[in-house]
Amino acid sequence: MHDVSAHAAQHHAPPQGFIRKHVFSLDHKVIGKQYYGLALVAVFVGMVLSWIMRLHLGWTNLAIPGLHLLSKTGAPGDIMTPEYYLQLMTMHGTIMVFFVLTTAPFAAFGNYFLPIQVGAEDMPFPRFNMMSFWVTFTAFIVLMASFFVGDGPTLGGWTQYAPLNAVGSVGGPGQGRGVVLWAASIAIFCVGQLLGSLNFITTTLDLRVKGMSLMRLPLTAWGWFITSCMGLTAFAVLMPACILVILDHVAGTSFFVPSNLVINDQLQPHSGGSTLLWQHLFWFFGHPEVYIAIVPGMGIVSHVLVTNMRRPLLSHRVIIACMGSIAILSYMVYGHHMFVSGMNPFSSLAFSFPTLIITIPATIIVLMWVGSLYGSRLRINTASLFALGFISMFVSGGVSGFFLAQPSIDIMLHATYFVVGHFHMVMAVAAIFGIFSGTYFWFPKMTGRMMNETLGKIHFWLSFVGAYCIFMPFHYLGIAANVRRYQAFVDDYLQPLIPVHKFITVAAIATGIAQFIFLYNLIHSRYWGKTAPDNPWEATSLEWSTPTPPPFDNFGGKHPVVYHDPYQYGLKSSTGDYVMQASPEQVATEHDEK
Amino acid sequence: MAKFFAVTIIVIAIASAIPILRHTWPEPPDISVHGHLIDEQMSETMAEAGISFLAAQFILAIFIWKFSNRPKDATIGKFPGGAKGLVIAAFLLVGTEVLALGIFGTRAWASVYFTPPAADSLPIQVQAGQFAFYFRYPGPDGKFGPLHPSLINEANENFFGLDQTNDQDSKDDIVTAEMAIPVNREIHLLMHAKDVGHSFYVPELRVQQDFVPGLDLSIHFTATKIGRYEIVCTQLCGLGHYNMKAYLSVYSQEDFDNWLKKQAALQ
Repeated sequence: MHDVSAHAAQHHAPPQGFIRKHVFSLDHKVIGKQYYGLALVAVFVGMVLSWIMRLHLGWTNLAIPGLHLLSKTGAPGDIMTPEYYLQLMTMHGTIMVFFVLTTAPFAAFGNYFLPIQVGAEDMPFPRFNMMSFWVTFTAFIVLMASFFVGDGPTLGGWTQYAPLNAVGSVGGPGQGRGVVLWAASIAIFCVGQLLGSLNFITTTLDLRVKGMSLMRLPLTAWGWFITSCMGLTAFAVLMPACILVILDHVAGTSFFVPSNLVINDQLQPHSGGSTLLWQHLFWFFGHPEVYIAIVPGMGIVSHVLVTNMRRPLLSHRVIIACMGSIAILSYMVYGHHMFVSGMNPFSSLAFSFPTLIITIPATIIVLMWVGSLYGSRLRINTASLFALGFISMFVSGGVSGFFLAQPSIDIMLHATYFVVGHFHMVMAVAAIFGIFSGTYFWFPKMTGRMMNETLGKIHFWLSFVGAYCIFMPFHYLGIAANVRRYQAFVDDYLQPLIPVHKFITVAAIATGIAQFIFLYNLIHSRYWGKTAPDNPWEATSLEWSTPTPPPFDNFGGKHPVVYHDPYQYGLKSSTGDYVMQASPEQVATEHDEK
Repeated sequence: MAKFFAVTIIVIAIASAIPILRHTWPEPPDISVHGHLIDEQMSETMAEAGISFLAAQFILAIFIWKFSNRPKDATIGKFPGGAKGLVIAAFLLVGTEVLALGIFGTRAWASVYFTPPAADSLPIQVQAGQFAFYFRYPGPDGKFGPLHPSLINEANENFFGLDQTNDQDSKDDIVTAEMAIPVNREIHLLMHAKDVGHSFYVPELRVQQDFVPGLDLSIHFTATKIGRYEIVCTQLCGLGHYNMKAYLSVYSQEDFDNWLKKQAALQ
């Protein structure tokens, strides 16, 4: 695998010293691992928060041992207060959306593999890249800090609707400093993502090696490229919106607070702001964000599946076109979050149709995957199981989008558990399955060791069945009009639904515990796993042409030359049934797209 | 392993569909004039989404069953029609499906939002504040007096900030903590937010609308069934959000008139 064709030779020596090598590293691979580590810490924090919330929803007056250690006022006697439930819920959503679903599939894997897949030595702006991670890390610390300020984190939900987000502590616990820290954290996070997106776009457009035409880029690279284009515009809107929230708190402005609001019998000293302005700004970011979380997963699933199907995809170009269409449409659909917000009801229809239409490219992508399975020689391993699980989850979460895209049905389902079930399946579980698939697939390349397949499969089975047990019932609850963001179900009509919540809680805890099998497998395999060959999956893209793990400058001072499409499988070559992109071997291929 | 996975997908798909088909946890019964349009749209969408869901899961499972772990020399099959056929099929099938849903769904939406309230509809104002709803009826003069936010005082039960001493139109306004309406008469609900965002949701009425601070909105609906229902807040409004509710009583016209008289006497 090391005989990469070379047309230049200049070996860059790796930096010496722990700090430059492992902490403030300019190496995209180290930065990718740092992002992965951050996402791993974040996902376990977010998961524990969800356990606490679920326990509370099943058994409202249950004492959760040790909870008072997190907050004396939020959990006196270890029993959660209503406001603390909302505070933990807000943190769960914020941590998961920003620091897991955005960070792991895009920033972690993208950082590690995008430069290698295009044949580059590194990103074009390594200092910006290092900055992007440390800025994101700072954002996480700022968000975590809100657990320890006076009255705790904000309770306004991850969407932080105005004017609750701007009226200050009079709005409730956490609505003062908690909101400022939340907005500061997200604004800082946006800076990190903007720096990262710039690097990803430039890497893709400018650093491709000879022969690597855009159409020869693997679908992972396309996924990250399209995502970074979305990120560049979406985060550029969210960042100023967060700054305006901070100004409403600290500078006496009223961007999001109108006049004549009365809280606790006190007329609020604000006037002239617009509450809907926040929703427009937030969802202009928020809906593309859904695709920022899922498009890298689509790339990863395509990449893993095609390798394990041992045949080319039905059409590489169609998947790229669909991912691109989804990215463009994602800006035209955001208003479906606001059907009952008081926005002009005619504009609801204008947002409804693109939302319905976006199902077409999404369906086509699924059809391309499933159609490619036909007649394949599918290899079942943990990576391919998670990729197939992604498809199942993406379909299950996707079809519920038909309901929420229609304003008339949204009247019934808006702000119910149906929405929670929908986005958890399509955006969270599917994206996380994409992360797992990528982890089991690339772990050998990243560490030089194989993950344990038996543990991996146990992890998959428990996660797959568990995720359905948790999130499918959410849809039933939503149809029965179970409102979300309630810390307890005191309404008469919600009482019969409490047993369903108890079932979900048990499933959530069991599925969560199963994730420790993954954590064990990850850590154990990192140090004691079987040594990995350079190309254990017999894959074709450039990351498998480098030594394992890749050297500091990825290709040992050489620049590979690309001769083939990314997914030349199902043919006869000297290596077997595939030909690598960097192999000069000429074989009869189905279609060599230039 | 592959076959077991395929069976698992099918079992999960069927198990997921059963509670929907058996209406194990049904939507609350409809008590409104327009609700059947929403329910029909919901059923139609459920049928289309359900078929898409089951078909996709089944095909995925069948292909996993059939094409996993085949020998190395097994011939790679080509999907009939290839990518082109699937793209055309997706455009035709999904395109028609979503356009039909979009166009027919407009009927239900239009019935709620694109028609003005009837001239003889009963106006009721609802104010949402942390964490209670209050309702105001215009009294015999049919007019609402103006609101003075600076006069809001919960301790004095001046929830709306009315100046009943000086404002002529406010004098006969009736303020209540419970909502009552006559059956089969259109209600024109004027929505006002006192502090932060809230929402007015009565699942049985098939009505959900946010309160937007700084923007007074209105909706209209007609209840068709006498009974007592819950009004809940669906917009996260603070620590008491889960407990922010009121009751809606749908009375006969006669019972409603009596109720309103009683409330007027209590002012």
